[in-house]
Amino acid sequence: MRDGLVEVLDSRLAVQARLSHGMPVLEIEAPRLGEVVRVLRDELGFDMLLDVTAVDWPGQAPRFELVWHFFATRDCQRLRLKTRVPEEAPEVDSLVAWYGAAAFMERECHDMFGIRFRGNADLRPILLYEGFVGHPLRKDYDKHHEQPLVPYRDSAPQGRQGGQP
Amino acid sequence: MNGPVVSPIANPVRSAIAPSRDDDGRLVVNIGPSHPATHGTVQIITELDGEKVLRADVHCGYLHRGFEKECEAHTWHNLIPYVDRLNYCSALINDFAYCGAVETMMGIELTPRTRMLRTLLSEYSRIADHVTCIAAGLMELGAMTAFLYLMTLRDYIYEHLADLTGARVTYSYGRIGGLARDLPAGWLKRLDEVLDEYETYIGRIHGLVDRNRIFIDRMRRVGVLTREQAISYGCTGPMLRSTGVARDIRKDTPYLAYADLDFEVPTGILGDNYDRYVVRMREMDESVHMIRQCVDLLPEGPINVDDPRCVLPEKTLVYREIESLINHFKLIIDGPRVPAGEVYYSQEGANGELGFYLVSTGEGQPWRVHCRAPSFVHMGVTHLMLQGGQLADVVPTFGSINMIGGECDR
Repeated sequence: MRDGLVEVLDSRLAVQARLSHGMPVLEIEAPRLGEVVRVLRDELGFDMLLDVTAVDWPGQAPRFELVWHFFATRDCQRLRLKTRVPEEAPEVDSLVAWYGAAAFMERECHDMFGIRFRGNADLRPILLYEGFVGHPLRKDYDKHHEQPLVPYRDSAPQGRQGGQP
Repeated sequence: MNGPVVSPIANPVRSAIAPSRDDDGRLVVNIGPSHPATHGTVQIITELDGEKVLRADVHCGYLHRGFEKECEAHTWHNLIPYVDRLNYCSALINDFAYCGAVETMMGIELTPRTRMLRTLLSEYSRIADHVTCIAAGLMELGAMTAFLYLMTLRDYIYEHLADLTGARVTYSYGRIGGLARDLPAGWLKRLDEVLDEYETYIGRIHGLVDRNRIFIDRMRRVGVLTREQAISYGCTGPMLRSTGVARDIRKDTPYLAYADLDFEVPTGILGDNYDRYVVRMREMDESVHMIRQCVDLLPEGPINVDDPRCVLPEKTLVYREIESLINHFKLIIDGPRVPAGEVYYSQEGANGELGFYLVSTGEGQPWRVHCRAPSFVHMGVTHLMLQGGQLADVVPTFGSINMIGGECDR
């Protein structure tokens, strides 16, 4: 890990970074996202957004954990940023103004978890299809639930019933 | 006739580009998802002025099969066949990246022989993957001979990997803590022959293509990606390196045995289709160079670590002693116990950074598996590479990105 990164994060952002398998991890409050990411990108050189995803923890409050991974092309430093958003208002600021990659990744996260990214104007389905109901990677979405766009044929003599698992 | 009532199928995609009208001087053309030039199921909606692409709206997801959801319902070991089917052109790299992520969580140190073998097989897969990309790209430009040469070479590799793993494409060869089996007799001798064939066939491709006027006209300054765009849009692998950024996980933060190997990181200058072609060709040469070093350095010894948390006991012991029998059943039924926590682990896949973000609650099944798929990230920048070009350039540009549907759509 880059020398002094933890100290800079501590003094500049007043967040305590911990190491997880060699990667610094920052946990912040959701409203601070924009401020933190600006420092990460403009002052600490994290110029690449590698990944955006979420983890569902039903029964915990706040329920959804959002996870970003950043990379600094200058010195190959990596960093994980995490925050939590509640089930009632799964909303967080979009990073699309700073990282082009956020556009597609946030669309996927919106598909799968129903997280709304404020400022991302294009949250159309990307891996799912238009009209898909629900968010499949939430733990309460049944894996066997089917939503076929094209109805199953039941012309076979003992054909299976459409939509039944 | 009382046939089934056919209802119109809802359009699965809402285009960002409004349909063209007779009087607005533009034309909206839909390409794919089932189109020979999209070799993969991707849909590109283009807005044209004449033959110039004004805007492009790229849609993926037609191959989405709920990989991440499915992973949450299986033991850590049972996911290996699934990760094979992400980037099916270089399935071994997926195996090793996934296993590497789980091993990081479990704190497992691989045996020296497995470390070297995984390195060797990763580079071998990289050649197969790059060959596929270049072959398909050339075929779409009409270079059928080059395509057949490259497919011949790829088939040598597939057949050779089938000797090792029992399968041509999806190998399920990685294991948490090791590999499925050791090399069969004579495998390294055949490897040497295949690498000789590589030099013959790739030499022919260089002769056919490199200075071919048609090829250069279709590739040079087409599909240009700037360095700033590549970084902002999270491009990795040959896409990023073609713009001149020499970032390669194998070099920057070496994993497996890459620290022991001598190799270069080829880069491009312009970030156009031609540079991506050259970077891939040069990378394959480096891979051959690395494979030969791996063969020389390959140590003897066991391939699986001695760790009952994840490695199945010897079959003879399972039949003879109760502890091994219980261990075997526990590993099969409950799965390996991975300590609670999270990890992001990435390897340099053929297309770029292939990362796995895993979350464990200490059970035999993962709580969350997320794959950072380079193809998906690259689809997010594709529209920029297409806009401003010709409609015909969509085909070679898309081909040079090497989008793999299984990995992109998961």
